[in-house]
Amino acid sequence: MTVATAYRTVIGLETHVQLRTNSKMFCGCAADYANAPPNTHVCPVCLGMPGVLPVINREAVDHTIRTGLALHCEIPEYAKFDRKNYAYPDLMKWYQISQYDLPLCIDGHFDVEVGGATTRIGITRVHLEEDTARLTHVTAADGAPASLIDVNRSGAPLMEIVSEPDIRTPAEAMAYGEKLRALLRWIGVSTANMEDGALRIDANISVWPEGEPTGDVKVEVKNMNSFRALGRALDFEIKRQTARRERGEPIEQETRGWDETSGTTLSQRTKEYAHDYRYFPEPDLPPLHIIRQRVDTLRTGLPRMPDQVAADLIEQGSPEADVAELVQDRPLTDYTLAVIEAGASASEAVTWIVHELRRALNAQTDKSTSTPIPPTEVASLLALRARGAVSSTMAGEVLDEMFDTGKSAAEIVQARGPQISGQDELLAIARQVIQENPQAVQDFRDGKGRALQFLMGQVMRITRGKANPQAVSTLIRTELDTTK
Amino acid sequence: MSIDRSQVDHAAELARLALSDDERERLRGELGQILQAFEALNTLDTEHIPPTAQVIPLGNVERDDKVADSLPLDSVLANAPRVEDGQIRVPPVLEGS
Amino acid sequence: MADELHRLTLHAAAEGLRAGQFTSVELSQALLDRIQAVDGHIGAYLTVTADLALEQAASADKRLAAGDSGPLLGLPIALKDVLTTAGVETTCASRILQGFIPPYDATAVTRLKQAGAVTLGKTNMDEFAMGSSNEHSAYKPVRNPWDLDKVPGGSSGGSAAAVAADECLAALGTDTGGSVRQPAALCGCVGLKPTYGRISRFGLIAFASSLDQIGVLTKDVTDAALLLGALAGHDPRDSTSAEEPVPDYAGELNRDIGGLRIGVAPEYFGEGLDPQVGNSVRAAIHALLGAGATEREISLPHTAYALPTYYVIAPSEASANLARYNGVKYGLSDPQATDVDEMMARIRGQGFGSEVKRRIMIGTFALSSGYYDAYYVRAQKVRTLIKSDFESAFENVDVIAAPVVPSPAFDLGAKLDDPVAMYQSDIMTLPASLAGLPCLSIPCGFVEGLPVGLQLIAPPFAESRLLQAAGAYERARGNLPAPTKAIDAK
Ligand SMILES: [Mg+2]
Ligand SMILES: [Zn+2]
Repeated sequence: MTVATAYRTVIGLETHVQLRTNSKMFCGCAADYANAPPNTHVCPVCLGMPGVLPVINREAVDHTIRTGLALHCEIPEYAKFDRKNYAYPDLMKWYQISQYDLPLCIDGHFDVEVGGATTRIGITRVHLEEDTARLTHVTAADGAPASLIDVNRSGAPLMEIVSEPDIRTPAEAMAYGEKLRALLRWIGVSTANMEDGALRIDANISVWPEGEPTGDVKVEVKNMNSFRALGRALDFEIKRQTARRERGEPIEQETRGWDETSGTTLSQRTKEYAHDYRYFPEPDLPPLHIIRQRVDTLRTGLPRMPDQVAADLIEQGSPEADVAELVQDRPLTDYTLAVIEAGASASEAVTWIVHELRRALNAQTDKSTSTPIPPTEVASLLALRARGAVSSTMAGEVLDEMFDTGKSAAEIVQARGPQISGQDELLAIARQVIQENPQAVQDFRDGKGRALQFLMGQVMRITRGKANPQAVSTLIRTELDTTK
Repeated sequence: MSIDRSQVDHAAELARLALSDDERERLRGELGQILQAFEALNTLDTEHIPPTAQVIPLGNVERDDKVADSLPLDSVLANAPRVEDGQIRVPPVLEGS
Repeated sequence: MADELHRLTLHAAAEGLRAGQFTSVELSQALLDRIQAVDGHIGAYLTVTADLALEQAASADKRLAAGDSGPLLGLPIALKDVLTTAGVETTCASRILQGFIPPYDATAVTRLKQAGAVTLGKTNMDEFAMGSSNEHSAYKPVRNPWDLDKVPGGSSGGSAAAVAADECLAALGTDTGGSVRQPAALCGCVGLKPTYGRISRFGLIAFASSLDQIGVLTKDVTDAALLLGALAGHDPRDSTSAEEPVPDYAGELNRDIGGLRIGVAPEYFGEGLDPQVGNSVRAAIHALLGAGATEREISLPHTAYALPTYYVIAPSEASANLARYNGVKYGLSDPQATDVDEMMARIRGQGFGSEVKRRIMIGTFALSSGYYDAYYVRAQKVRTLIKSDFESAFENVDVIAAPVVPSPAFDLGAKLDDPVAMYQSDIMTLPASLAGLPCLSIPCGFVEGLPVGLQLIAPPFAESRLLQAAGAYERARGNLPAPTKAIDAK
C-alpha cells in the first residue's frame, strides 16, 4: 500500500505560423498556394535545384518583428539565418534555412486567462524559417504504395513561436493557442487557420513527481489540427506519462503523433536515424542588422492590442464575456468602436453587436463581417431603442430590414408607425391578455416574477412590438391590483 | 587523432551515405589522418578572435515582397525520376506508428 | 589562316571579326573542328553543343554585319560543367547529376550570352569541383596538353586544358581553393579568380558557398580583363554579390605600374617549394621590378594554417550543399525501390565518387555535435586571422607575388591514393581564397618542359590593379621560350 504521489505537468508549445505574404520566403513564387494545383507555385529555388540561391523576403521579416513586438519580445540588433540539416524527402535541400542562435525576437511573454485567472507564459523566441513540401502517402495507379510530393508549400514563409515551459494544464495550452490565433489575425500577419495548416501547434510535455526537480525528458506531441485535439492529446499524455511513472517505467524522449480516431498519441519513431541538425551560419545570406528605426516604424504601425481594447470596453461597462467574444474578431471590434464613436454607449453597443448584429449578419447570405450598414446607422438605431422609441424586439426586426433594404433606421421606424402608448388602446389589449391567461395571472399573484414577463410578452406580440414596454408593465400591474 | 568505426558509421548515417565495409574502413583511416592535420588549429590562441562566416561585409540584403513567375509544371517535373498526377512520385516513406 | 583561327586570343579574334577577316561561324567551326581533332586525347569536354554554338555564331554574324559590337560578340567560349545551362545537361562531372537538364542559366552564362559570346560546351572537372588533378571526374580524366601523362590540375582542369589545347578561345572556371589558378599554372594559361562577390554565384553549383567564385581562364591578361568586364557586377539573385561599381578593366589595363609596391612573403617560399619553381617565380618578380615596381618583404604568419582551415570549412559547407542530391527530384535515382530512405542513401552511396564522399564525411563530422566548436568554429576564427594577415600586409603593399603551386604538373595517378598529399598542392592558393581576395596565375616559365605560374594577389575589388600588374609582367616577359605542346606534336 503506497501513498499516491502527486505529479506536476510541464508543457511548452512550439507554434509554426505561415505568414501572409505575396511571395515565398526566399523566392518569388506566390505564397498563396491554397487553391493551386500541385507543383504550380514552384521555381528552381524552392525546388532545391543545383546552383540556386535564396533571397530574403523583407515583408516576412517585418511580420516576424511585428509578432515579436505584439508578444512583448526584445528585437536584437543582429540576427542571422542558419542551415538546419536533416534528411527527409519533403525537405528539398535537405536543410531548412532557419534561425539558430540569433533569432529575430527573444524574451517575450503572453498572458492567457483560464477561468478568470491570468497566467503569464514566457515567449522564448520567435524566429523565421521556410516551410517544407507536402508529402502524401498513396497507393499509386500501379497498385504499389508510394509517396507523392507537392512542392507548392516548399519555401512558404514560416514563423516559429517557442514558449517557455510555463504551461501547466491542457486548458492553459488551449487558451494560449486560441488567444495566439486571435492575436496573429489581429495584427494581420497570418490567416492562422489550423484547418489548412497555417497554424500548427506542437507540444513538449513531461510529467514529474511533485518535489522532484524537473529534468529535460521531453515528449513532443504533434499532429493536433484543432485546439480540441490539442487539449485531448495533452490530457492523454498526462494520463499515459503518469501511469508510466506510477509503474516506475521510464519516460523516453520521443516524438508522438496525436491520432484523432483512437484518441491516443502514438510513437512516431521510424527506423532509428540519429538526430543531429548540424546548424551552421547560412553562407548564402548576409546577416540582418535590425536598426531601431525599422523596429519603431513597425511598432507604431501595429494596431492597439486586443487586451487593451478589451480593458477599455470593460471599463466602459461592457460585459466581459461579450467583450472577450468581440475581440476575437478585429473587423467587428473596429466596427463596434466606430458605433461607440458615433455616440452609442459601449455597454449597449458591445452586447447588442455581439448578439443582435451578429445574429442578423449570420442571417445574411454574405457571412463576412463587413456589414453594409454604416456604424452611424447602428448608433442611431441604438439611440431610438434607448429612448424607448423602439423596443428590443422591434430593434432586431428593424435591423434585418436595414440589411435587406439598406434603408436608414429612422425611415424604417417611421414607416412602422410610432409606438402605441395611447392608454385606452393599450388598456384594451392588456385586459384582453389578462382575460385569456388566468393561469399566468394566478402565478403573478403567487409572486412568480416570470408571469409578468409572460403577460407583457403577449401584449408585445399583439402590438407587434410597437408598445412601450415601460407603459405596458405599469398598465398590467395596476390592472391586476385593481382586479384583486 | 584516431577514429573508430562507430564514428564513421554515425557520420555516414547523418550524411545518408550507404557505404561498403571497405569504404568505411578506408574512410576510418583517412578521416583519422585528416582530423590529425586539423589538430594544428588548436595550437593557436583564438579565444578572443571573432569567427568569419562571410568575407565581404554585407548586410540587410532583402527583396521586396513581389511575386515572380514560377516554372511551368512540365519543367518542374521534367527532371523528376518518376511522376504521378502532376506530383513527384517516390518510393513509400515508411512511417513509424 | 583559317586553320589557325583556334589559336587566336579573344581580342585578336574580336579584331578579325570586326575587320571582316572571318565570320563567327567560321571561327566557331574552326574550334569545333579542333575539339573534334584533339579532345579525344585531352578529355577537356563533357558536352559539346555544336548546333547551339553555330546558331549563336550565325546570329552574332548578323549583329556584326549590322555594325553591332558587344565585347564578346561572336567569340567562342567554354563553360565549366559546374555552371547551369538552360536546356543543356549539367552534371558537375558527377554520376548523381547524370541527365540533369536545368531550366535556367547561371547569371554568368546569361551575361556571356548577352555580350554575344558563342558557347561551345561544358568542360570536364573534378566531381563537384572537389580535386586538384581532374582525376575525380566521374566520366573521364583530363590530360595536360603539354604532357599527356600529366594531370592538368583541378578542379577546372577541363577549362584550363581546353584553353591550353586551343579547344576554345577562353573558358569559365570556378575557384574555391585554387581551382582556377592551379590548373591555369599547370596548363600554362592565365587564370583569374576575382574578389568573392564580384561575379554572381547564381547558377554556380555550390561546393563551398563562402568560398566559391567564378573565374576565367584565358590565353593572355587582356582576355582576362575583357571576360571579367562582361561577367562582373551585382546580381539581385545572389545576396552575396557586391554592389561595387565595375571599372573598365580592359581600358585601364595598360596603365604604368611605376611605384607599384610588390609584397613578397617568405611563408610562400619555404620548404616544399620546388627550387626551380621558386627560381622562375623570383625571376618573374624581378621582371616586375624592371617594369618599375618596388619589392617589399611582408609576413603572412598564418599561411600554414590555411590548409586545415580550408579543409574544415569547405567540406562542412559541402556536406550541406550536396545533401539535396538524393534521387528524389532529379538525377540518378531508383524509382523501383521499396523504401525511400533506403533508396536515398543508396543513390548517394552510388552516385558520389570517393573524393566527394570523403569530403561529405569530413564536413558531416566537423559539424556534428561535440565537434562543431573544436573544428568549425575554430576554423572560422583562424580564417579571421588569415584574413587579417592580408589586411595588414596590404597596408604596405599594393599586390602580393607568390608561387601558385609548389611543383609542376604531376603524373596521373601519382597522388590519387593519398588525399593529404593531393590537398597539399593547394597550400599556396588557399589563403587568398579564405580571405576572398582577387588573385590570378600567369605563366612565368617552364620546369622540365612543364609550365609554372606566378600568383598575384590584390586587396578586395582591386582587380584592375591586379590585371595591370599582370599585364605589365606579361609585356616585360614577352613570349616565353616554350617547348612544343604534346598535343601539337601529334
Ligand atoms: Mg521549426
Ligand atoms: Zn519558388
